[in-house]
Amino acid sequence: MDTVIHVEGLEKSFGATKALAGVDLTARRGTVLGLLGPNGSGKTTTVRVLATLLRPDAGRATVLGHDVVAAPAAVRARIGLTGQYAAVDEALSGTDNLILIARLLDMPRRAARTRAAELIERFGLTDAATRRVRTYSGGMRRRLDLAASLIGRPDVLFLDEPTTGLDPRHRNEVLDQVRALAADGVTVLLTTQYLEEADQLADDLVVIDTGRVIASGTPASLKAEVGGQRLHVRPLHRTDIPAASAILAGLAGETPVVDASGELTVAAREPGLLHVAGGRFDEAGLAIAELGLRLPSLDDVFMTLTGRSTEDAEKQAGPTDQEVAA
Amino acid sequence: MTTADALVSAEAAAGTTPVAHRTDVRPPLPPSDIERGRRGPSTIRHGLTLAWRGVIKTIHSPEALIDVTLQPVIFLLLFVYVFGGAIAGNTTDYLQFALPGVLVQTVVFASAGTGVGLAEDLHTGIFDRFRSLPISRSAPLVGAIMADLVRYLTSGVIMLVLGVILGFRMHTGPLAVLAAMGLVMVFAFALCWVFTALAMLVRQPRSVQGIGAMIMLPLTFGSNVFVPSSSMPGWLQAFVDVNPVSKVADAVRGLLTGGPVAGPATTSLIAAAVIVAVFAPIAVTLYRKRA
Repeated sequence: MDTVIHVEGLEKSFGATKALAGVDLTARRGTVLGLLGPNGSGKTTTVRVLATLLRPDAGRATVLGHDVVAAPAAVRARIGLTGQYAAVDEALSGTDNLILIARLLDMPRRAARTRAAELIERFGLTDAATRRVRTYSGGMRRRLDLAASLIGRPDVLFLDEPTTGLDPRHRNEVLDQVRALAADGVTVLLTTQYLEEADQLADDLVVIDTGRVIASGTPASLKAEVGGQRLHVRPLHRTDIPAASAILAGLAGETPVVDASGELTVAAREPGLLHVAGGRFDEAGLAIAELGLRLPSLDDVFMTLTGRSTEDAEKQAGPTDQEVAA
Repeated sequence: MTTADALVSAEAAAGTTPVAHRTDVRPPLPPSDIERGRRGPSTIRHGLTLAWRGVIKTIHSPEALIDVTLQPVIFLLLFVYVFGGAIAGNTTDYLQFALPGVLVQTVVFASAGTGVGLAEDLHTGIFDRFRSLPISRSAPLVGAIMADLVRYLTSGVIMLVLGVILGFRMHTGPLAVLAAMGLVMVFAFALCWVFTALAMLVRQPRSVQGIGAMIMLPLTFGSNVFVPSSSMPGWLQAFVDVNPVSKVADAVRGLLTGGPVAGPATTSLIAAAVIVAVFAPIAVTLYRKRA
């Protein structure tokens, strides 16, 4: 059985808010499926349905062939969940948190202790193992949380925005762990609003917006769908932006988009555009800080698919998943 | 001994080795609710594991510990030495009158802590973790309540010991004292379902605390715990006389210092049963629905 997570036509409403309006997705064994969307798009609701925490109104979801509604216990026995808020007990030490979960998973006490020690070491928490979690930093809590969801060696791991609120170093640590897990054959469903994170980590991507899947495929295929490369230019002086914009418009046949950092972007349809543009900027005497070709980012993907930026989508979504679910 | 050891050995002491349990303990749940994990249903065993979490939590969080230790002590000292003379003429007689009631009042206050603790858990996401584990859905509730019974017992014992130090004299035997503690525990167990239901309903720890106080204050002060009802206006007397807290206080007085027991004790037990019958299903239903 290659398909580990299968979701079809999932719907869920909270009062008048339709959190899921027919979500379909599939995850293959040992891969990372990135569920991507702005706040309030239905990511968390999807994860909560799959983790048997929430009953869907309509549709079907199976994890390892078990229906999440009909056989929740069979699903729970094989999954690990790390939510947006570190689900660990602040009053207990890191080790005790892990032992508690291990004991709830019916591990004999010796095995529980061994497993806890193993994970404490793997997640670099050895020095803090006997300290109460209350004293942990956000990054340490996240790592402990992830460790707790791995106690029972789950076949499927749900990570709901596992890096939210982490600094870049800890973020990368968590991402490395996720990569290692997938390499071990664990199927990971990861939600994120960091587009580049999904790009780095996911084998497959599902983009959702207002409870609906608006695109799915590999990161590369999504980018291909959105179109080819883009030329980015950032003049050294902001006063040069209009001049640079005029040059680019003339070359590319479209008005460049200017972002807040003063970067101009235009579709690079002609292969030689980079060189030609560089030459023109020189001739015009413009000092250029950055000039280059890039594949479209997933932000570009979202913009192309929905005609809105991820920020606009958030504003439009109203209450977020967490607010609705809480 | 580390807390981890305590967690493990306490379960062993309670005879909860997995093998013994799988065959002879079945959770008291309707069949549709029995959710089989890897090794079959085990509400009690998991409940005990979670109860140990609760106990360790109490030991480690100063504010929870103050709730069950310092606060009742302050209450008793205040009442006996500030109001005692005015109410009963002298503090010695007042202590003799008030201590059994303060014992009840203490656990009523402590039982509100159950609600606050549960509401806090709902917010940290740890309940989501529990609910995503292959354990019975009611195990976290059962665990929290079992842990709190330990808290109530601690409170009760502290009050009794302090009372004796201050000069409280028991006129009955050890069995009667145990029965008094038992009755107080039963009543606290019943009340903590009220606050559990409240926690599941309002979910915000602060709101639980606020509403909890609104329930507790009239219930404890509007009783014969601190003052005999004979000095109160008729309408208040009517309330005080049907207030279950008064009945429990009467029964505990009887059990500790002598006097009628059977009547108030029976009423107390019936009241406890009614409270559980009403609020436990509400709490469990809300808990299951919350998602």
